[in-house]
Order: sequence, then structure tokens, then C-alpha cells
Amino acid sequence: MSTASYLELLHWSLPEMALVLTALVVLGADLVGLREAAPRHRFLAGALISTLGAGVAMVLLLLQTGEANWMNGIFVSDSLIRITQVSLLVLGMFTFLISSQSDFTRHPPEYFCLLLLALTGLLFMVCTENFLVIFVSLELASMCLYVLAAFNKGDPRSTEAGLKYFLFGGLSTAFTLFGISLMYGISGHLDLRQISAALQAARPDPLMVPAMVMLLVGFGFKVAFVPFHLWAPETYQGAPAPSAAMIASGSKLASFFVLAKVLLMGLSAGGGLDFPNLNSGWVPVIALAAAASMILGNLAALAQTSVRRLLAFSAIAHGGYVLLGILAQNGLGVGAMLYYLLVYGLTIIGAFAVIARVERATGSDDFHAFAGLRHRSPLLSFCMAVFLLSLAGIPPLAGFFGKFYLFAAALNTGTGRLEWLWLVILALLTSAVSLYYYLRVLKQIYARPTGGQTPCGMEISLESLAIVALAGAVVLLGCAPEWLVDRLVQAAPFLKLH
Amino acid sequence: MLAWTIYLSLGAAAGLMFLPRGRGSPRVLALMTALACLALTLIAFWQNPGGEMRTVVRLPWIPTLGIEYHLAADGVSLVLVVLTGLAAVAGILFSWNVEERANEFFALFLALIGGVYGVFLSFDLFLFFVFYELAIIPKYFLIVIWGSTRKEYGAMKLALYSFAGSALVLIGLLAAYVTAGAHTFDLASLAQGGFARPFQLWAFPLVFVGFAILAGLWPFHTWAPTGHVAAPTAASMLLAGVVMKLGAYGCLRVAMVLFPEGLSEWSFTLAGLSSWREVFATMAAVGIVYGALVALVQRDFKFVIGYSSVSHMGFVLLGMLSLHPLGMAGSVLQMFSHGILAGLLFAVVGRMIYDRAHTRDFGELQGFPLRRALPFATFSFVVAGFASMGMPGFSGFVAELQVLIGAWHAFPALALTAGVGIVIGVAYTLSAMHKAFFNESPRPPQPGAGLTLTAEPALTQLQPISLPEKIGAGLLMIVSLVVGLYPRILLDPILHSLHGPLFQALLKGGNP
Repeated sequence: MSTASYLELLHWSLPEMALVLTALVVLGADLVGLREAAPRHRFLAGALISTLGAGVAMVLLLLQTGEANWMNGIFVSDSLIRITQVSLLVLGMFTFLISSQSDFTRHPPEYFCLLLLALTGLLFMVCTENFLVIFVSLELASMCLYVLAAFNKGDPRSTEAGLKYFLFGGLSTAFTLFGISLMYGISGHLDLRQISAALQAARPDPLMVPAMVMLLVGFGFKVAFVPFHLWAPETYQGAPAPSAAMIASGSKLASFFVLAKVLLMGLSAGGGLDFPNLNSGWVPVIALAAAASMILGNLAALAQTSVRRLLAFSAIAHGGYVLLGILAQNGLGVGAMLYYLLVYGLTIIGAFAVIARVERATGSDDFHAFAGLRHRSPLLSFCMAVFLLSLAGIPPLAGFFGKFYLFAAALNTGTGRLEWLWLVILALLTSAVSLYYYLRVLKQIYARPTGGQTPCGMEISLESLAIVALAGAVVLLGCAPEWLVDRLVQAAPFLKLH
Repeated sequence: MLAWTIYLSLGAAAGLMFLPRGRGSPRVLALMTALACLALTLIAFWQNPGGEMRTVVRLPWIPTLGIEYHLAADGVSLVLVVLTGLAAVAGILFSWNVEERANEFFALFLALIGGVYGVFLSFDLFLFFVFYELAIIPKYFLIVIWGSTRKEYGAMKLALYSFAGSALVLIGLLAAYVTAGAHTFDLASLAQGGFARPFQLWAFPLVFVGFAILAGLWPFHTWAPTGHVAAPTAASMLLAGVVMKLGAYGCLRVAMVLFPEGLSEWSFTLAGLSSWREVFATMAAVGIVYGALVALVQRDFKFVIGYSSVSHMGFVLLGMLSLHPLGMAGSVLQMFSHGILAGLLFAVVGRMIYDRAHTRDFGELQGFPLRRALPFATFSFVVAGFASMGMPGFSGFVAELQVLIGAWHAFPALALTAGVGIVIGVAYTLSAMHKAFFNESPRPPQPGAGLTLTAEPALTQLQPISLPEKIGAGLLMIVSLVVGLYPRILLDPILHSLHGPLFQALLKGGNP
């Protein structure tokens, strides 16, 4: 093995460095100057510093060009990965901004520090092809997110959310690690490409089955597809709104990207193995999981009366749609998946920001808390309508184009046989179901009289600006998706599949 | 220039949405917008009397996926665009009395109109679909906020039926796009592509049913009566007047043009039916008779009109499935005619009567001698009723006659069934007319003077018909009369378009 050039690594990982430094700056600034300030100001300062840090990281990222592959895939960088990382940073920045008005804790700097470290973990997660680094960065992100979910110490539901997330997450980590060790045992490698090559060269090994099952279980928990979705409703319901937004947006984007990479690169289906065809064994499993997620997520969401729980179940259903991008098994499918996840992330962050605002005014996220919201705050209601209709997939909002792009990519596998037509039909029909529950919320907001509840107006603040900007982004990405789609299509070949 | 109908409507909608309450008059702004759009459509119609296919705008939109921003118009589009303009103006005139949240009402109304214009002008299927779905949400909110009877139920049912229908359409469109090589959504290119026959045989029914749900095809029509009844007057005018036409237009323009071989004969016969064409034509004929029969027994005045819409839309679908030039032209003409007449009928029932009498129940309407209290409403309803039951001289007659001739060439038995439907149509229209307006005797004389005491105050309570209503009703009646007396004004462009390249494969019966 040649000696590693740490200077090169330092050069390529500058954005991540910037995030870690920002985490320290947030802590330090509070320690030095803001200890006596009101919690409101400390939140605001934390949000501003964190956003600035993420902005610096983004600039550093955008300045990078070309490709890097450090030490056989321990650290890689190419334009597809950079698009993913920029998306993560955008989602992270909006998460910081919507936290700026929060009041759930007396320790804002620690909160932002953990958010930044989670974001760092997510960034590292997507820029590697090595199982060990994937595992370590996944843990870095997860550990932070467990704490973030439980950060509202005064609320037992937040504790429940954190504990449940932690227990399920810990279990899934064990599975992932077990799967990785089996995979290492079979192939003798930790690098995805080398694993793939070794698997194709060797005879099918029966140990592949447990290895693959373990990996799927582990990642299944992370991205919450059925049947590994059980933590989602309570975590979404109990966690502080910005934490829930981070879990639903950034964490999901990175986890899906890594899942796609592991499946498509490491366990590539076209392995040239005939029956029992162990290498491609994950395809039917993922297809079934996608179908089950769409059906269960959408049907369970029908019965909810808490908006957060409703979004949790709808997130499970959206996870099912996203799996279609992996099933397409090509770069275009992954590109469509990234577009969908970015749009979904922006939308869900916006929705959680609105929920946070309503919760601060009424103390609840139940349907009745939203009744007549239109009379209390027309702008907030309009933004919520944009977010929910985008989730339902109504044009010209971004959610519609995301769905369209994803389903077209899933059908366009290049064989001309429309293999996934049944799954696309299922996805479209279940998304017709989903319109019902999104409209139920909007009916409360627009058609019901207000119950004489406390007003929740839109004063000029960082949070309000973020909500409006998010709604604007959702409209804009839906009306003019070309610039992003073009980039994704150009970057797609970087996912060098066999 | 025709593209400005879309921009003006959507722009005014956005403006009204963000206009501070109490500033300016939303209804005046809405009326000006609708009039401007109507003027644009009339100019376009005037400049293109032959119904040539003319491109309005054609720009790349999402070139990576082969999606274009492609607006164009041929004779069929022009006729329907003019209908949209008329329905929009009439709808605003009949909602002159909306005071509650008027800004939002007219914003949603104009957003719906903008989407409808877009559908009729789109010749790129992705764009078509975007506009098609854009119309769903305004409909929902118009009904759920300003509606009446069971509005939440009716609104949700309508939204879900529309959305499920468009999901079916999207499946078919995506499959067609990918099968054709995933590089274009242009209608003409896709239609020329010539899909394999087995593919057309499953994609055609999927897309056709998806659109036909919105056109009120039996047995998928159940959203229509409840939706129409629940909607506020202007919204039911639009629903029956143009939104149902969106579905019918989609069937003709997209499903049938894209998959002409889907209409051809199967290799087997099932229950006497041997092609999708016969299956759907039979459903359309059943819808004609079924809608008419159900309308015959309603007690709620608005339900009569709602079911009559289902019946009349059956003619539209039957006509286009005849694949005979006369039948298809009659089908488009019937879309126009029904759009005008159903709008007028809903305006009379929903605005002139219900807003004043606060009841639509025939039993309770007896208490008002409507014939004397609202002579103008009576007059309008008599004209609209006779026109819609097919009296010569009005648009309905020409349209239904042509549909029947076309259908007679293709399916004689179904043409006879449709004829029976017309007879029942006469029955329910006359019966409703009698029960609502001319039914004064049946109440037995009560002991004492109770009758005069209850009836006379009611007579004086009813406000007279206002000027905007008179203008709106007059406009619709005159249009129906003009088209009835001189149908060539619409038929020429329609027939010209139907003989254009897009419809060639269809006129050959779907056989290559």
C-alpha cells in the first residue's frame, strides 16, 4: 500500500472541517459572550453562526472540481457526491434557520453543535466507498440525532422519541455491523468496488444471504421502510420540530444515497450469476418493501389526527416511492431519487417549521390546533398549503415533478420491458389516497372556523423568512426543474456501475 | 396571443390572493380579466375561421427529458377555449353576490379558469397534464369553503375522483413516453410513433377511463351529482360547463389520438362486446338513459340538473366513439352546447332560486309561486330546458342530432338507446319545470286563511333578479340560439380539424 497523502485528504475534506470548526465556534461564542443573554438571543446567535458555517462549507464544496479517490475509496469525491453534499448542506442550513425561534431548551449552543456534528457525519457518509467509514460516519450522525430527538428534556414525549429512536437505531447498527463483517468475511474487502469484483469472481456463497439480509435490515431501520418503520411515528411526534425535520430530511437523503450505493455498487445485480442468483437477491426484497411502505404508510396516515404522526406515516410512504429510484438500477434512477429527496427534505422542513409555530401558539399539533389557521395567519397557511400539496404531488409544485421524474426513471430501465410498471401503478394509486389526508389538514386550515385560539402571526423573523423561502423553493423547483435535472443527469455516470 | 388567456387568469388569481382585504373590488377585477380573456379567445377564433392548427408558443422547458412548453390551437381547441371564456364571464356575473372571502373566491375561480385554458391549449402531454391537475385544487376549495349541501363530502369525493383519474392517465402517459424512447412528450410525435398493438390495447382503456371519470362516464359518474350539488353556483357552472369537458377533451385529444389501435377489434368477444370502443360506447349509452331516469325521480332541483349532466355527457362520449366525422363533430359541438346550457340551468337553480328561496326541494318550492315571483328565472329555465332537451333552433338539437347520426352508423342499437334517453330527457325537464314553476294548484285548501298568509310574504321576500344575472343569462341564451341557428360557425373549424393529420388513424376505425 502506498503511503497516504494526508495533505490531499485535508484538501478534499475542507468542507467537513469547516463544519466541525463551526461546531466549536458555536460552543465557544456562547461560552465567551452569550452566557447571560436570553435564550431567545442564544438560539438566534447559534442559528446564525451555524448557517454561516454551513455556507462556508458550501462555498468550499462548490470550489472543488474534478474527482478524488483517496486510499482505495476511503474518501471519494465527484460531481454526483458533491451535488448530494450541497443538498445536505442546504437542508442543514434550513434546519438551522427554522431552529432560530425555538424555546425548548436552555442549552442552545449544544443543540446547534450536535446538529452540525450530525451534518458532518452525513457529509462523510456520502463521500466514501468504504464500509468501515460508512459505518463510523453513520454512527457519528446517528449518535447526534438520538440526542437531538430527546433534547426537549421537559417533555416526556421527547424522551420517548429519543429512547425509541436510540433503541431501534442501536439494534439496526448491530445488524449493519454484523452484515459488514460477514461481507468482509466473504470477499476479504471493505471497499465497495473490490467487494463487487470479488463477489463476481468467486462462486456464490451461501453466507451472502445472511450478509445481505443484515445489511438490508440495518439500512431499512435508518430509512424507515416497512417493516422497519416502527420508530418513525413516535420520533416524529415527540422530537423537537427542528430535530424531527433533520431526521426526516438530511438523514434520510444521506441514508438513501448510501443504501443505493451499497446495493448498486457493492451488490450490483448484473453479477453474471445464474440461479440461485444470490447477487441480485435484493431486488425483489426491495420491491416488496417499497410496495409495503407505500400501502402501509398511506393507509395508516388516513387514521391520524396528529399532524406530526400524519407526516411520519406519509414519510414512510414517500420512502417507498424513493426505493423505486434504486430499483431502476442506473445512474438516472439515483439522480431522480436525489431530486425527490432534496425536494422532499425542503418540503418537510417547511412543514415542521409551520408545525413548530402552531405548537408554540397552541401547545398542540392536533388537527384542532390548525382549525381556522387561515384567519390567524394567512401567509403561514398559504405556505403550509404549498408544502402539503407538494407532498401530495400537485403541479406545479416540486413534489409533482419529483414524483414524475422518479416514476419515469423507474420505468425507463433501458430494457424497454417496463419491469416496474406494477410498482409505479401502485405508487400512483396510493398517492391518490394520500391526497385525502393532506386535504384533511388543509380543510382544517381553510374551511373550518377558528376556535378562538391564540393568534400565531408571521412577525418578521429568520424563521418566517426561512418558511417563505422554502415555499418559494418548492414552487421554483417545480416550475423550473431543468437546471437541477441537467446537473443530475450529467453527474449520473459518476455512479460507475458494472 | 392566445397564451395570454392563461397568464392573465393565473396572474389575476395570484394578484387577488395577495391583495389586502377591503382594497378594490375583486369581482370587478375578476370580471375584467374574464372579459379580456374572452375577447382574446374571440379574436383568435375570428382570425382562424378554418380551424387550422396554429402554434402559439413553443419553447424548450425541460429539454433533458424532452418536455416542451408547447401551446397551440386547432378548431376543436378554439371552440372549447371560447366556451371557457363564456363560462368564466357568466360564472362571475352569477357570483356577483359573493361577499364572504370574495378575494379568495375569485382568485380560486380564476386559477381554475387558467388551468382549463391551459389544458385546451397544450399540445405537449406533460404540460397538458400539469394544467389538468392544476384544476383539481381550486375546485376542492371552491366547494369546501363556499359550498352548500354536504360540501365537505362532495368536495373530497370530487377531488379524489379527479386525482385517481389523473393517476390512471399519468400511468398511461409515462408508459407511452418510456416506450417511445423517453425523448419527447409532443402529442403529434408520440401519436405518429405508432405503439405496438398489445401496448395500445391496455394503455388505451387506462387513459380513456382516467379522463372519462372527469367526463362523467357511467359508472364512474357518482362524483358529478354530489359535487355539482355541493358546489356554489359559479363552481357548479364551471364544473358542468368546462371541467367535465376537460375529461371529454382528454379522451378525444389524448387517449384516442395516442392509441387509435386500442379502439380496434379484439380477437374474441366478451358478452357481445368485441372492442374497447364498444365497451365504452355501451357505458356511454347506459349513462345517457341512467342519468335521465335518475333525474326523473329527484326531489332536489339541483340533483335533477346534476344527473342531466351525466346524461348529456353520455352523448359526448358516444359521439366521439362512433369514429364517424359527423358523430365526432357532434360530440365536440355537444361539449360546447352542454357547457352553455348546463351553466345556464345551474345558474337558474343555484343562483336565481336557491339564493333567494333557500330551498331546492320541489315540495317546498310549491310554497313560492315562482312563476309569478321570479318571471325572469322562469323564462330562463324554460328556454334552457327546451334547448337542452333538444328543441330545434338551439344548440342542443344540432349537437345531439349529429351524435345520433354518427352513432347510427357505428352502433345502431346504442343510437336507439340514446334516442330513448332523449325522450326521458323531455320527461324530466318538463316534470321539473312543472314542479318548480307552474305547480300551484295541488296544495289542498286549508281551513282558515293559512295558505295566503304563508304564501304572500314569501312572494314579497324574494328579491328581484339583478342586472348581472340578467346579462349572464341573456349572454348564454343568445350564444345557444346563435349556434343553434347557424351551427356552421363552430362546425366548420371542428370538421376541418377532425380531418387533420392527428385524427387520421381514428377515422379509419383505429385499424392501421
